[in-house]
Amino acid sequence: MYKVIVYIKVERMKKKKLRLGEKAIEKAMLICALSSVGAVLLITYLIFAEGLPLFSHTSLWDFITGTDWKPTKEIYGILPMIVGTVYTTGIALALGIPIGLGCAIFLAEIAPKKAALALRKCIEILAGIPSVVYGFFGLVVIVPIIRSFGLGPGYSVLAAGLILAVMILPTIITIAEVSMRAVPNAYKDGSLALGASKWQTIKKVCLPTAKSGIISGVVLGIGRAVGETMAVILVAGSTPIIPQSIFEPVRTLTVNIVLEMGYAVVGSTHYSALFATGIVLFVFIMIINAVVMMLNRKRVPS
Amino acid sequence: MEFAMKMNEPAQSSRIKVRVSKLNLFYGSFQALKNIDMDIEENQVTALIGPSGCGKSTFLKCINRMNDLIGGCRVEGDILIDGADIYKDGIDIAYLRKEVGMVFQKPNPFEMSIFDNIAYGPRIHGLRDRKKLEIIVERSLKQAALWDEVKDRLHQSAIGLSGGQQQRLCIARVLAVEPSVVLMDEPTSALDPISTGKIEELIAELKNDYTIIIVTHNMQQAARVSDKTAFFLLGDMVEMGDTRQIFQLPRDKRTEDYITGRFG
Amino acid sequence: MNKDFGLTKEFVLKNRAKQKRRQRTAFVFLYLAAGIAVGVLLVIIGFIFANGLKEISWEFLTSGVKDAGREGGIFPLIINTLYLVGLGLLFAAPLAVLAAIYMTEYSKQGAVISVIRFFTTNLAGIPSIIFGLFGYMFFTKMLGWSWSLLSGSATIAVVILPTLIRTSEEAIMTVPAGYKEGSLALGATKWQTMRKVVIPTASPGIINGIILGMGRIFGETAALFFTLGSGTEIANSLMDSARSLSLHLYTLAKQGISPGKSYATATVLVVIVLILNLIAGIFDRRINRYKENR
Repeated sequence: MYKVIVYIKVERMKKKKLRLGEKAIEKAMLICALSSVGAVLLITYLIFAEGLPLFSHTSLWDFITGTDWKPTKEIYGILPMIVGTVYTTGIALALGIPIGLGCAIFLAEIAPKKAALALRKCIEILAGIPSVVYGFFGLVVIVPIIRSFGLGPGYSVLAAGLILAVMILPTIITIAEVSMRAVPNAYKDGSLALGASKWQTIKKVCLPTAKSGIISGVVLGIGRAVGETMAVILVAGSTPIIPQSIFEPVRTLTVNIVLEMGYAVVGSTHYSALFATGIVLFVFIMIINAVVMMLNRKRVPS
Repeated sequence: MEFAMKMNEPAQSSRIKVRVSKLNLFYGSFQALKNIDMDIEENQVTALIGPSGCGKSTFLKCINRMNDLIGGCRVEGDILIDGADIYKDGIDIAYLRKEVGMVFQKPNPFEMSIFDNIAYGPRIHGLRDRKKLEIIVERSLKQAALWDEVKDRLHQSAIGLSGGQQQRLCIARVLAVEPSVVLMDEPTSALDPISTGKIEELIAELKNDYTIIIVTHNMQQAARVSDKTAFFLLGDMVEMGDTRQIFQLPRDKRTEDYITGRFG
Repeated sequence: MNKDFGLTKEFVLKNRAKQKRRQRTAFVFLYLAAGIAVGVLLVIIGFIFANGLKEISWEFLTSGVKDAGREGGIFPLIINTLYLVGLGLLFAAPLAVLAAIYMTEYSKQGAVISVIRFFTTNLAGIPSIIFGLFGYMFFTKMLGWSWSLLSGSATIAVVILPTLIRTSEEAIMTVPAGYKEGSLALGATKWQTMRKVVIPTASPGIINGIILGMGRIFGETAALFFTLGSGTEIANSLMDSARSLSLHLYTLAKQGISPGKSYATATVLVVIVLILNLIAGIFDRRINRYKENR
């Protein structure tokens, strides 16, 4: 009898220990899961902590609307970089959206199975090529081509836009294709059975139904183009002046940070102006993230 | 059952609308339809019955050539609609599908407004005139017995309608392109009994203007709504005749077994 | 009843002819778009290979950087890059897998989880350069790790964390509930079930995520520019400044040091990308086969 009781007690203790272990592991996992929360909060805090001091020197309004960036004279206006970012992203979208969407429709609706597999593989590789390789290609191919037409130095809005267009293709194609595939076959059958052509069905049924997914792909593409740095640095020319044509050099927000971080004295106004550039970029990306999340949430119920 | 039978007095006209002869259909090497011959009369309801996988839906999809969409599908034989062979070159498939409308198993309204759903067909066929479209939408919805329920919310999404309303919307969408034949592929299998009843009433109405071919799993439904019934089994059409005859005096033993519920 | 309300045969057929023409034009455009995507890829890879392959020799791959990259090879940079990949994954992968298990298997779909998911999605959208600023501030300055392998790999770990979490989550979610129930029914604890059943079953998907992460590390520059340093020798300790292949290519190209060595380095990077893609393809097939067998 006594032995039995001892046995039960020991077993219970073993189980309790096990249960405690389980609890500990669960806690540890929770901490791991919270790591991304911590990372985002820490990033936000640090960027703002280093960037905000600038605004005691230059007001936010002057910073954003100022057309002159002259760190040596302590003048910090990033309008040229904002405009530059908008221009390069605009060109990237103007080329990337039609080609990307065209590719996505081709993949989802008309490509034979083997062609689709091969094309998808190509898109994956395109997504995997490092941005510095894209930049290098732009530097040795696109820039000289633009220059050879006598269109300025070659380092230009156009060169940056072209490279960015290629870089955002995989994002747009992948997300647009997935949302096109999610359109129920019943919709397509309904349209075809009324006598619509395949293209009418794609245009009037598939695209509108996949709309929010396609938009979120485009918005993510915008995020990628706005945030891209190293590829742009190599081809954009980087002059902090608002470009008057697409053949003129341009400096984007990201380029501004990388180019000058090296020689900004830590803690100086120049230094916090660069972090403040980071704040502008960061806020913009957060807006984009929010838009994408809203679009995704809208997509889920249907 | 008796009561239902009496409602289906044979229609007076007996013009052949759809004539199928020696129809064979293959999916790759599998033969899904074997040597089907069938005459379908104008302004009648023809029901296709049989256990699942017997080829009745496949047969239905031959009549508006929806089978063309399936890879590896090959069709032999003739289908004549008003005397014209729909599988011969020179037949425009869009015009064929306008003439031969189709209602699917599950209601499939597009994610757009009720109005745009109905106007979709006329629009893709090139009709842009807003006034005409409005008339067509109203007429089609009235024909589908849905007008009174939705006339105040034509511009709201069709996805908000109930299942039965959605299916009647799909019928209205088909009617909007002025077909002469309407194919229905188990149109009530996803609906509740009340909605089913409404659709069945609607079918009885519509046969005055259209030739209707309906696939159904439900034998009572076939008996209630159809004038002619064809029984399919394993790709063969076993027997076709007046609905009353098929249900009361089937000629073939297999038909009798199916109808009396011995398999299926 | 007034049938034929304008949709006469002539009307429909005339419109149909127009639609056919439109469809042909549209499809030409779609084929063109697909062709452009493939063409661009082939041109980029072809151009780099055409100029780079002839610059690559055994010596280039096995000797050190000389004269700031004008001469010599990239051997130390290959090793440094591999260190970076190893360390980055060492920091991020266990964290990500545990996080993914917690998010899929432990938490009830509550507020905590949606907050975590919100932040993970956000983290994934942050551009490299912001990670660079963060790494510079936090690891290099605040923690005093200076420009070093440690700073660089810690930064890159944060960069790949959301990708790894997402892919692991997806992989774990494909594990059939029956497997887990079977294990739990035999008296295994939840953690035992995770370790012995869930993680092994999900491993092809998790490995695929890791390969994705590796690709990102090989290609990353902006996040490492302020954190990893630019040492061209093999790092002897975590605190040594190091330079990765991508950073090296950036430096060569930006400062116009040596076109030949730039092409050669770019070629090596592209070859790595292609190999990683090949490996990912193998695991993809394995995952698909597994899904089919299910």
